[in-house]
Amino acid sequence: MNTPADGLLVFAKRDCPTCTLIEPVLQTLDREYQATVVTQDDPSFPANVTHRVDDTGLEWSYRQAIEVVPTLIRLQGGREVERTIGWDRAEWQRIVGRADLGSALPALRPGCGSKTTEPGVAERLRARFGDSGLRAREIELGEYDDPIEACYARGWSDGLPVVPPTDERILRMLSGTRRRPDEVVGLIPPNLAPCTIEKIAINAVMAGCKPEYMPVILAVIEAALEPTFTMHGLLCTTYFSGPIVIVNGPITRSIGMNSGVNALGQGNRANSTITRALNLIVRNVGGGLPGGIDRATLGGPHKVGLCFAEDESDPFWTPLAQARGIAPGKSAVTLFQGEALQGFVDQRARTPEELTRSLAMGLFAVNHPKLCEFGSAILVLSPEHYRIYRQAGWDRARVERELFEALKRPGKDLVIGAGGVAEGIGPERANDIVSKFWPGGLLIARAGGEAGMFSAILAGWIAGRAREQTVAVTTEIRE
Amino acid sequence: MHPSQRLRDPTAETGSTRRSRLAPPPTLTGQPVALLDIGKSRGNEFIDRIEQRFTERGITTRRYKKPSNSRVAPTELLQRIAVESKVVVIALSD
Repeated sequence: MNTPADGLLVFAKRDCPTCTLIEPVLQTLDREYQATVVTQDDPSFPANVTHRVDDTGLEWSYRQAIEVVPTLIRLQGGREVERTIGWDRAEWQRIVGRADLGSALPALRPGCGSKTTEPGVAERLRARFGDSGLRAREIELGEYDDPIEACYARGWSDGLPVVPPTDERILRMLSGTRRRPDEVVGLIPPNLAPCTIEKIAINAVMAGCKPEYMPVILAVIEAALEPTFTMHGLLCTTYFSGPIVIVNGPITRSIGMNSGVNALGQGNRANSTITRALNLIVRNVGGGLPGGIDRATLGGPHKVGLCFAEDESDPFWTPLAQARGIAPGKSAVTLFQGEALQGFVDQRARTPEELTRSLAMGLFAVNHPKLCEFGSAILVLSPEHYRIYRQAGWDRARVERELFEALKRPGKDLVIGAGGVAEGIGPERANDIVSKFWPGGLLIARAGGEAGMFSAILAGWIAGRAREQTVAVTTEIRE
Repeated sequence: MHPSQRLRDPTAETGSTRRSRLAPPPTLTGQPVALLDIGKSRGNEFIDRIEQRFTERGITTRRYKKPSNSRVAPTELLQRIAVESKVVVIALSD
């Protein structure tokens, strides 16, 4: 690229009606003023012009920060001294210094968007021609290397393919937040490695996230780094648990999360990738590798990344985030240490009391039917089960209270050895009435498709033994 | 062939330093052995038994405990163990 130091420079494209309208002007400028015409789309446009630059690669347009075509620039001593956009006859006549320039044309015609402003192009051009500003180590692949295979080979994948983190994709991901790429968000366990916004964006790219998920992902990371979330222990545990994310608030609608049919399953990009981004960050930045410090006996598919939105369509039901202190109208994430998934069936309950007793039976199986005050759980209430509570006028507080009461059993049935089962609670509890969960140990969220009297139980981590140290964490999403 | 062949490193870009382990002491006599309970269930029972065995052999022990098994040990605890003992037995699992 060799920009003339002095003279006129015009940026145009054939696809722009204003550019084609002023084609005779461009020919005049070329013929009589040796103007350089830079064409963004069709190298043969404008016709009959000798000083024409093929800028289909858009480098000239990028370096001159062109946003609209046509753009007329006057250069003097290598510096820009004049610029006008679109067709403004008087302005063009003034800058060129010719009173009758384009006199047969209309006085004003707006221009069109430069090709540099088309979706996704800006980041590509910045990555190619500018300073990306990225600081992470660059890894150059061989010409014939497959980037996805290269990510596998370097151990960056959770087993599924990752999206190769190119500058263009990372810059696009960073456009999803106003926070500076070099800001350190915190220390990622287990290695307690400093993690920047840029590293989060790189891993979010790899997880398959879109830029508009970034505020959610940042809130997820923030919550995961809360000491009471004990991300380090959650990763190391031999138990099944991993981080589970529930998202509440308007952002769930704006990024198109699924809280309906198959909400806990596959098929929705945000649901599938947000927690995956966290898990990739723990893997890649924190160094938490399965078989290394991750000692899960069996693990589970949720450890790839389980995330869903709560159904907030019924104002009668207090959303989980609000029940946990987030103001109405705000968005938030709740991180829970748990696993997927224990299905719960009850197709015969018609009263809230029947359903509550029935749910309590299902919930008692969490971890082990004889282990109490030991774990925690999320109950995901389906619409058909919720309807029973709704019709009876039971709100969240009532459902929580009634379930807590229903989740009690005589200690004599639960102690070690009772029922011929060795597992159980300590013999000193034999004369107590024992609760399955401690207060606050059961979270309830609404989700699911309209049909099916099936709810879901996501069992919690047994590290809830130290319940004051390991709790679910709710964090507001700041956009 | 793929048009984009440059990727950015998603890791913390920290290289691990390989350090050789301290040589085991020729004898435990005369130096205290640290016994660290990381907070897992029944870790204390394991430590009790180990401590009993050391005591029977005339070896002194010092006991330490992590506040929780679900978090890394506090730096000051690690420093205290390193200052006070050269040998540590850790009850690692349930």
